[in-house]
Amino acid sequence: MKFGVVVFPGSNCDEDAFHAAKDVFGQDAEYLWHKDTALKGADVVILPGGFAHGDYLRTGAMARFSPIMGAVRGFAERGGPVLGICNGFQILLEAGLLPGAMLRNRGLKYRCEHVHLRVEQTDTPFTAAAVAGQVLRIPIGHGEGNYFAPADMLEAIERNRQVLLRYTDPHGKVDEAWNPNGSVNAVAGVCNEARNVVGMMPHPERACEALLGGVDGRAVFESVITTFRLADLRRAQVPA
Amino acid sequence: MRARVFVTLKPSVFDPQGRTIAEALHSLGYANVDDVRQGKYFELDLQTEEASAARKIAAEVADKVLANPVIESYKIEVD
Repeated sequence: MKFGVVVFPGSNCDEDAFHAAKDVFGQDAEYLWHKDTALKGADVVILPGGFAHGDYLRTGAMARFSPIMGAVRGFAERGGPVLGICNGFQILLEAGLLPGAMLRNRGLKYRCEHVHLRVEQTDTPFTAAAVAGQVLRIPIGHGEGNYFAPADMLEAIERNRQVLLRYTDPHGKVDEAWNPNGSVNAVAGVCNEARNVVGMMPHPERACEALLGGVDGRAVFESVITTFRLADLRRAQVPA
Repeated sequence: MRARVFVTLKPSVFDPQGRTIAEALHSLGYANVDDVRQGKYFELDLQTEEASAARKIAAEVADKVLANPVIESYKIEVD
């Protein structure tokens, strides 16, 4: 399958995502410059981490005006899988493609460390290869990852099972002491109502090779690759 | 006309920076400062000469760009 990795001015995890898709998983991958208006045949779009447009005004706030975002929005509305990692998650929130908003970390510090994530839902293209309740150890690196949604919105996304990942202790238990940024309900990743657009603060692309300290991020890439292969198989089995 | 837009986190949203500033002020002896909320301030130079039109434009851009309605509210002054 073909990965499209969007590059905004200020993106700095684009090469990591490209490397994971191309070199670790052997998939096609292509960079999509933020001024492009087409996705060049990408089957999945990744909005990578970094500081798009310098994070001016608010994190992710300016990126939603980049020309590529029109194509990303159309792709998402047609059901295409879109993954926002860290700053990419912030961009999807600002673009209104995911519910909620990000606040400055509770402790005001930039947190750069490994965290433990419990997989809550597996019926999305980016969690399908994981097991519900599984604990993933994946790094974070952010100053504004304190996920917030007003009470009624939070109630709705919990009811719709849109929370995909939560910060937990190493055994998968939610514990405020293991919540690195103060996110409400320990939310580390969410999806949209249609479940094809996913945002997560931790960096799975940095956790795909043992050399880098862990391979738990592979679950995210394996999920979308497997989902794509299954869809391909099903299409092939439909009688002409 | 000039419109001034003040954006702050909604009262229901915790403002860790404001809290830290309040604590710093307390440590300086300003026990009479109850709380601090940090925000953003924008000046918009507008072509219109009508206050109501200026207010309308400022509210539109605040809704669309300057404030994130999930976490922030704003107030506008024009002159």
